[in-house]
Amino acid sequence: MRNIREKAMKCLFFLAACVSVAAVVLICAFLFANGIPAIREIGPLKFLLGTTWKPANGLYGNLPMIIGSLYVTAGALVIGVPVGILTAVFMARFCPGQIYRPIKSAVNLMAGIPSVVYGFFGLVVLVPLVRDTVGGRGMSVLTASVLLGLMILPTVISVSETSIRAVPQSYYEGGLALGASHERSVFYTVLPAAKSGIFAGVVLGIGRAVGETMAVMMVAGNQAVIPESITAGVRTLTANIVLEMGYSTDLHREALIGTAVILFVFILIINVSLSLFIPASTKIFQIHWRSRAYTGNNAGKSQKSRV
Amino acid sequence: MTEKLKQKWRTCRRDPKSFFLFLAVHLAACFTMLALLFIIIYILVKGIPHLTPELFSPKYTSENVSLLPALVNTLFMTVLSLLFAVPVGVGAAIYLAEYAQRGNRWVGLVGVTAETLSGIPSIVYGLFGSLFFVKYLGFGLSLLSGALTLSIMILPLIMRTTEEALKSVPDSYREGSFGLGAGKLRTVFAIVLPCAVPGILSGVVLGVGRIVGESAALIFTAGTVAEIASGIFSSARTLSVHMYAISGEGLYIDQTYATAVVLLAVVIFINALSGYAAKKIGGEQNDE
Repeated sequence: MRNIREKAMKCLFFLAACVSVAAVVLICAFLFANGIPAIREIGPLKFLLGTTWKPANGLYGNLPMIIGSLYVTAGALVIGVPVGILTAVFMARFCPGQIYRPIKSAVNLMAGIPSVVYGFFGLVVLVPLVRDTVGGRGMSVLTASVLLGLMILPTVISVSETSIRAVPQSYYEGGLALGASHERSVFYTVLPAAKSGIFAGVVLGIGRAVGETMAVMMVAGNQAVIPESITAGVRTLTANIVLEMGYSTDLHREALIGTAVILFVFILIINVSLSLFIPASTKIFQIHWRSRAYTGNNAGKSQKSRV
Repeated sequence: MTEKLKQKWRTCRRDPKSFFLFLAVHLAACFTMLALLFIIIYILVKGIPHLTPELFSPKYTSENVSLLPALVNTLFMTVLSLLFAVPVGVGAAIYLAEYAQRGNRWVGLVGVTAETLSGIPSIVYGLFGSLFFVKYLGFGLSLLSGALTLSIMILPLIMRTTEEALKSVPDSYREGSFGLGAGKLRTVFAIVLPCAVPGILSGVVLGVGRIVGESAALIFTAGTVAEIASGIFSSARTLSVHMYAISGEGLYIDQTYATAVVLLAVVIFINALSGYAAKKIGGEQNDE
């Protein structure tokens, strides 16, 4: 009797473990089954490289959205990566012990703020600001990039910080022993040693920026044309889906699912490149999860060891 | 602090690069903190004066733009999503941490798919939900479709945190339990799982945070009806979706600020809760 129960529960646990595999398979199956026929009907080249998106005229070119997503993501990286890495360095190596906890929880809070709130903030603060200072209509590549840059900060910060902390203390001490200042020692010995983890953080940030939907949509203007300047409006892949999904039918609807397929492939490429180019990526992922879950658990200890 | 700065200033001429790096690091940290503070304070200052009792009336009309139904729906959505995600996530983590052999191919595959799931953008989840739960399974735009979509979304989060928590339980506990004659199942439920509860809870709290903040995945799965859901098959908007809906109309800017305040308050509360759980874990580790 007991044996049967043991076996049954083991089976149940195994089935639970299968759910995530099944979910990925289902998501792939449903997206591709609904999106690929439309892409084939429109023509893969036209669908990917066509520059006009006019569903009413049967034109389904996705290039403006692909380029839009790339521009906005690149812009977000320009802001988010330097600030994020430097903040992570501050938290891991410069921060006085007593203000570490508040800063760590602030970064976690930043990750927790819903994207609609970011989007609304962008709409009421950044859009007028950009309109008045840089020009244009305010809803632009620039605005979306700044907002996204803020939104990817917590991802870049927390992954970079954990990887900086994972560098053995002896590296830093070796730097000091050779006569380097605190700053030089951190930037020339610790940071290079943590570069694969930092790179993982940046790639995760890219993933977040490419996939962000609501916030970008609220501030980007959403014109389906390739933007000519940073003050021009832009539409991303994600925004394209949300904007038109509500009223689309037939081929138009399937073309939107095709857009989601492009987005999905983007994300898969990002994920695969994470695990290919960074040998320890799984480890970093686990550290990442842990750092998100147990807010700055080991912070106190390493702070002490430094001081 | 000023003493330290003066000292830095003195080294400036001798070692400008170090001084520059010092400055850059501090400026970046200040920028991050100020950006967050600015967002929060701006929303609070603009929103709190508009937190009128009307906003909390039990029925939504286009005049009072009440957020109470959305708030109640958010609660339903959270409970329902957790109902699916927690048992599956915890069960999967138990399998991975307690039953699976090390180096098992299948374990690797589960890990990879969980990573993939955690990277998928929420709009893709929304689209999948609308294709699979809404259309294919015929649940329609409903609380149930939304909750199922969200539960897949937070599944990797719960799996990972639970697995980590289970793995941090010392093996001697398990050995002690086996030594007293308990079976595997009893060991897991009576010894290992209770020890891992704070870790699991912090994962669940993070999951709740994602559910509350999610909007893109819900628009096409749970719909945007602004009433309190009457059952799991009725369409309902959560607070985030509600905020998106009223911000888009341009007529309700003040009410949107107020809704943002409520949403922020919920998120801050959830974060404080996860911080508390984390502290508890830290405390237990110090006791050892």
